[in-house]
Amino acid sequence: MLDDRIVITGIGLTAPNGNTLAEFRKNLVEGVARIQMLDRRYIGPVAAGVCDYDARKYQTRKEIRKGTRAGSIAIYCAREAVANCGIDWDKVDESRVGIYLGITEHGNVETENEVFNISQYEYDTRFWSHHHNPRTVANNPAGEVSMNMHITGPHYTIGAACAAGNAGLIQGLQMLRLGDVDFALGGGVSESIHTFGIFAGFKSQGALAHHEDPNKASRPFDVARNGIVVSEGGCIYTLERLDDAKKRGATIIAEIVGYALNSDAKDAVLPDPGQQSKCILASIERAGLSPSDIDIVSTHATATPQGDIHECQALREVFKDCPDTYINNTKSFIGHAMGAAGALELAGNIPSFEDGIVHPSINIDQLDEQCQLPNLVINEPKKLPEVNTILNNSFGMLGINSSLVIKRFTED
Amino acid sequence: MTKEECKQLVLEIIADIAPDEDISDVKSDVALREQLELDSMDFLDIVMEIRKKYGIEVPEDDYPQLESLDSSAEYLTPKFNSVKA
Repeated sequence: MLDDRIVITGIGLTAPNGNTLAEFRKNLVEGVARIQMLDRRYIGPVAAGVCDYDARKYQTRKEIRKGTRAGSIAIYCAREAVANCGIDWDKVDESRVGIYLGITEHGNVETENEVFNISQYEYDTRFWSHHHNPRTVANNPAGEVSMNMHITGPHYTIGAACAAGNAGLIQGLQMLRLGDVDFALGGGVSESIHTFGIFAGFKSQGALAHHEDPNKASRPFDVARNGIVVSEGGCIYTLERLDDAKKRGATIIAEIVGYALNSDAKDAVLPDPGQQSKCILASIERAGLSPSDIDIVSTHATATPQGDIHECQALREVFKDCPDTYINNTKSFIGHAMGAAGALELAGNIPSFEDGIVHPSINIDQLDEQCQLPNLVINEPKKLPEVNTILNNSFGMLGINSSLVIKRFTED
Repeated sequence: MTKEECKQLVLEIIADIAPDEDISDVKSDVALREQLELDSMDFLDIVMEIRKKYGIEVPEDDYPQLESLDSSAEYLTPKFNSVKA
């Protein structure tokens, strides 16, 4: 009988304000945002979150040249996670390792680059790169991890818009429970800042953030918020069945106790608070908990005028009688890391199990009345006596909702 | 262009597409793939760079001509000279 309890044993990440969990966490607690202006082809300067991890730590120069940014981010995060989890990799059966990475989109960067490339040759397609297809297949980021780490188990990506980071973790958990693999790398990655299209699309939609100070451009819940700051990033977790983790003496970071995914089935971009609250509740129920058991809610809020209001409606509905539940947001520091967002935002909150601190949501100069939430942690961190449970929301276009509940690990 | 100059141009392309390789000691008469870590996609990169930089087309049937620096120079030098002319 397989152990149904799935635990997190390692975390590897790169965010615009940190290339390790320790650095990322320190900046979240200290209120340090890191957004910069980036000059993108066709659209010009835009606020964006850019990562500065050392790609050469785990890749040859040729791998970097032939691969994609998302693949490189994934390799960095996967290898950091494996190093963090303390497993003796030489003893791991690589055919029993699965790679499950959430992506919002993949291939737009490479396609746009190739179209630009052939535009320099009068659109002669003889100059279209033979690297285009391996770079743009949807499994690319996970496949690059497989090749770099010689992992021969299954690898694929999960396209779930901006709910993808949670979805990658959920897929890993499910495959461990099914016994398809014995060790899972689950999380999400994004390279979206390297194409103009995502910025231009949000701008046309009236949902691209702008501010004279880029570090203040991403401001969920603030009355002056004006849209999304697009960021790159990645976060990958090592997941194991509890008995396997214990057998090898692993340090257990947290246990995934609940999750839910559902769909609005209504609008391509406007979220539905009713479906969001159902998703949140379903994840809590699956964990065998009630809303008042949740200590921290990590919100998805992206700083669009409507989206934030809708999520707040959903949260007010679920947590209306929960005086000890605290709410925060990570995008105010790093922007929206798309496919990586859910996984990164969860990671930044996990150290709360150790230090009892809820990092704040920053850039709230004047709270939008429609975003009033009980216990929203605004601009300054909040120290709690103890943190035992975290709920992480990630929602995406086409009405995909995801919620994940993790718990401080205890034997019972 | 001399054959030695042609070899130098090919080596410069290889330096770009295989930046981790030490190309200071590549033997002209030995197959490139026996000395350097080059796969089929890398050879297509060489063909693409020759096309982009010098406007020279290497048809698929002629790819074996790029096996070594010597064979590359033998094959490409007349093409370079005809393009220049």
